[in-house]
Amino acid sequence: MSGAKSVAPENRTVIGLTFGNSNSSIAYTVDDKAEVIANEDGDRQIPTILSYVDGDEYYGQQAKAFLIRNPNNTVAYFRDFLGKDFEHIDPTHNHASAHPKDVDGAVSFTIKDKAEEDAEPSTVSVSEVATRYLRRLVGSASDYLGKKVTSAVITVPTNFNDKQKAALLAAANAADLEVLQLISEPVAAALAYDARPEAQVEDKIVVVAELGGTRSDVAVIASRQGMYTVLATAHDYEFNGVALDKILMDHFAKEFLKRNPSAKDPRENARGLAKLKFEAEATKRALSIGANASFSVESLSDGIDFASTINRLRYETLSRTVFEGINRLVESVIKKAGLDVLDVDEVILSGGTAHTPRIASNFSNIFPQTTRILAPSTNPYAINPSELGARGAALQASLIQDYEADDIDQSTHAAVTTVAHTSNAIGVVSLNAAGEEIFVPVVPAETAVPAKRTVHVAAPKDGGDVLVKFVEGNTHIKVTKPEPKPKEDKTAKVEDAADSDEESDFSDDDEEEEEKREKVWKIGNTLAEAAIRNVKKGGKVEVTVQVNADLSVILTTREVGAQGGVRGQLNA
Amino acid sequence: MATPIVVPTPLLALPEGWTAEKDIKTVGKLSGATQRTLEPVGPYFLAHARRARHKRTFSEDDRIQAQERAKKVENDEDSEISEPEDPMMLARDAKDWKQQDHYKVLGLSKYRWKATEEQIKRAHRKKVLKHHPDKKAAAGRTDDDNFFKCIQKATEVLLDPIKRRQFDSVDEEADVEPPTKKQLQKGNFYKLWGNVFKSEARFSKIHPVPMLGDDKSTREEVENFYNFWYSFDSWRSFEYLDEDVPDDNENRDQKRHTERKNANARKKKKAEDNARLRKLLDDCSAGDERIKRFRQEANAAKNKKRLEREAAEKKAAEDAKAAKEAAEKAAKEAEEKAKADREANKKAKEAAKNAVKKNKRVLRGSVKDANYFAEGDASPATIDAVLGDVELIQGKIEPEEIAALASKLNGLKVADEIKSVWKAEAERLIGAGKIKEGEIKAFTA
Repeated sequence: MSGAKSVAPENRTVIGLTFGNSNSSIAYTVDDKAEVIANEDGDRQIPTILSYVDGDEYYGQQAKAFLIRNPNNTVAYFRDFLGKDFEHIDPTHNHASAHPKDVDGAVSFTIKDKAEEDAEPSTVSVSEVATRYLRRLVGSASDYLGKKVTSAVITVPTNFNDKQKAALLAAANAADLEVLQLISEPVAAALAYDARPEAQVEDKIVVVAELGGTRSDVAVIASRQGMYTVLATAHDYEFNGVALDKILMDHFAKEFLKRNPSAKDPRENARGLAKLKFEAEATKRALSIGANASFSVESLSDGIDFASTINRLRYETLSRTVFEGINRLVESVIKKAGLDVLDVDEVILSGGTAHTPRIASNFSNIFPQTTRILAPSTNPYAINPSELGARGAALQASLIQDYEADDIDQSTHAAVTTVAHTSNAIGVVSLNAAGEEIFVPVVPAETAVPAKRTVHVAAPKDGGDVLVKFVEGNTHIKVTKPEPKPKEDKTAKVEDAADSDEESDFSDDDEEEEEKREKVWKIGNTLAEAAIRNVKKGGKVEVTVQVNADLSVILTTREVGAQGGVRGQLNA
Repeated sequence: MATPIVVPTPLLALPEGWTAEKDIKTVGKLSGATQRTLEPVGPYFLAHARRARHKRTFSEDDRIQAQERAKKVENDEDSEISEPEDPMMLARDAKDWKQQDHYKVLGLSKYRWKATEEQIKRAHRKKVLKHHPDKKAAAGRTDDDNFFKCIQKATEVLLDPIKRRQFDSVDEEADVEPPTKKQLQKGNFYKLWGNVFKSEARFSKIHPVPMLGDDKSTREEVENFYNFWYSFDSWRSFEYLDEDVPDDNENRDQKRHTERKNANARKKKKAEDNARLRKLLDDCSAGDERIKRFRQEANAAKNKKRLEREAAEKKAAEDAKAAKEAAEKAAKEAEEKAKADREANKKAKEAAKNAVKKNKRVLRGSVKDANYFAEGDASPATIDAVLGDVELIQGKIEPEEIAALASKLNGLKVADEIKSVWKAEAERLIGAGKIKEGEIKAFTA
């Protein structure tokens, strides 16, 4: 955050911000718990829209309403334009609002933001728009908290480049806001879940599906005792909330035309289209909560009112392509990370589109039973997906608000963040019920070093002398084909497993017997052997593995409750 | 570290005859690692960053963290409540609580209006533990709950935001007296007055309050400071000093009367307070060097144009004068030169005339020397004819030619030579057509 505005730690009032392309939200912390703030309209999801009417500035839900009546002076979906050349922006979503223009390579909007009747429309750059919008957000937060908000942590997508980050920082600084840190959205979501008091510190693989209005981003994160490493990401601009709106719009427009054969297609006039979109969004939201939703627009086209209903099943059938696209996206990113769905311990659904129940239930079909799908429709304790980012940002803000700006800079420097991660798991050999040797992981793969883990392993039933064999291990996926299946395609291999899995999502379950897939640990190199003598009957052995930054390993083991123990060191 | 995971599956039994030094033998080594970037987010990352930056190991870090925490607890325990208790204060009567310094009673006199609610609560607890009447009773002093009541009253006032504000409004202990002239002579103006305004700033409804600044403050800052303070919006009120507090037993009229009286008194005090602040500002601005400096600078800027114009005019006048003088001098010089020239001319003419006369004398003398070209004594007629020719030639030729002729004749004594010179001259003149042939009589013969 070089050269940027900075505030002394004792004078800071901090918030967490998600500044999204479609919606933004604000959160702050009370007693280490994050709370999302409602703005003066009572919205917790504040549409990222600015509108000007007779020189008055509107933002959020109020501005969104002006998309129907005053689209030319309403700026929407501008976040992704920050820090980009005109050549590299995708202006699709701005079709029904102020259009981005190329002014000397910078993206700008031409809007009437002055009160005078005949005032010339002014050209406002996207960074100025962002500044104005952020100023409003900060104003709302300040009003809510009763204190001037000085600093914030803002979430950004994982593929935001340095230029975009710099542009966002500059826009925030111009809005008189110190940016303590920019954190990536999926990690903020993971942090929001891990910061809950009931959450346990553990080693897990988390998939964060960030399903927004105009984009879907999926990230695979290795969460190792609260330290997050992004293993892979994927971005998609097709399967998103707007696509779902579009499906509903088309559906209702067709129905309208069926009922009024002589009327003009409402999609062909701007106002009709805006009305359709506005109502389609509301209907989509209603469908996430209830099984039925109504759709009604006054004077949709040619002055004809239109009212209809849709049930969730119909909606899900219509939206199948989008849902499948999201499934594929998630599967592809897991593959990209070199993992399998069986490796995933937790799936976090985040973003507005993540409210859709079908997406969550699709995920529970893709992932094994043991994987936690954290979405409102599958998990009663799930946090509102729309609020995850802001909560995570607020938590991070509360953690670093006492740091000097310099300190934050140094702590987030690449020298500190770039560390070696173990490529194989380290563990000990144990016996399963069948008497076969199995691998018990102590330090999982993809753990940032230095790391230290301790497990308690049961000693043999009768006690006595115990061999602790330290080994490396890795997993592979064992596929067991169903026994008698003469008709079935015999060529289904391990590689195709993902595809066949996906097919099964929408096909009837009883049609084909599913393959049984399981994660199996394979014992690799032996690292060391140690002996613990005279363990008590029914005793346990404590095994500690510490991997140092230089990849040397310190292994210690002893009987739980006993003194001494055995200690050995492996050099890097 | 979290509680370790417990794995139910048993470990291997030690094979027969397995031995190793210290019961451990190392066989392999780790099979490499990948460099990845951690996300700089979350409490555990911050712990990692702390360790990495200070090059601490896990256990060192844990210990240092624990130490820091432990120290903090100690600080919390006894930082603010270490003030000695004044025996006079301990002997106070709880009934005249209006005069008591609530902060001092709780041992918070160095914090005063800055004390947080948390601090007040802790201070209260600490004092209660010390001065509880039951403890006094245990020490044999029954019914000694006077100071305890003081403590309770102080807490009651300070924990109620409205009452606390009323008390803070009249808390003179927190005021900083404006510096006297003597102090100002010795001390730093900005520091002395800065402390005054720092203490007054606590009454502001608007925060942050601009501060006095120092010598290097910009003009804008200084103006901003005075503008803010001259229109200071204070929450200070004077209910706390009400002389009569109406109670419910009084009749309505009486009550209203007291209320009116109190309201008037408050208004008066508020006005006095505003006047006091205004005076403070007047005093401060009167001694503020920066204001003088800014005014001078402003004046200098304003005068600059005028001075420039005046300088230009003066210069123009001087230039004109110099030009005029130069012209006069030149004219005078020219006149003198002309005069000198005229005189020189006159002299030259005279000299020329004299030379001509002299030459003419030479011419005439030459013919006389030649005895008028006659042998023996020349007849007067001959003399007359020769002289007549000489006169004629002299009259016809220019002074230069006379001089040339004279130089030719000068020194010649022989009559023939003289005559031939004259003859040549006469012939030249005739040739030039200046004299007619017949006119010359003597020299042509």
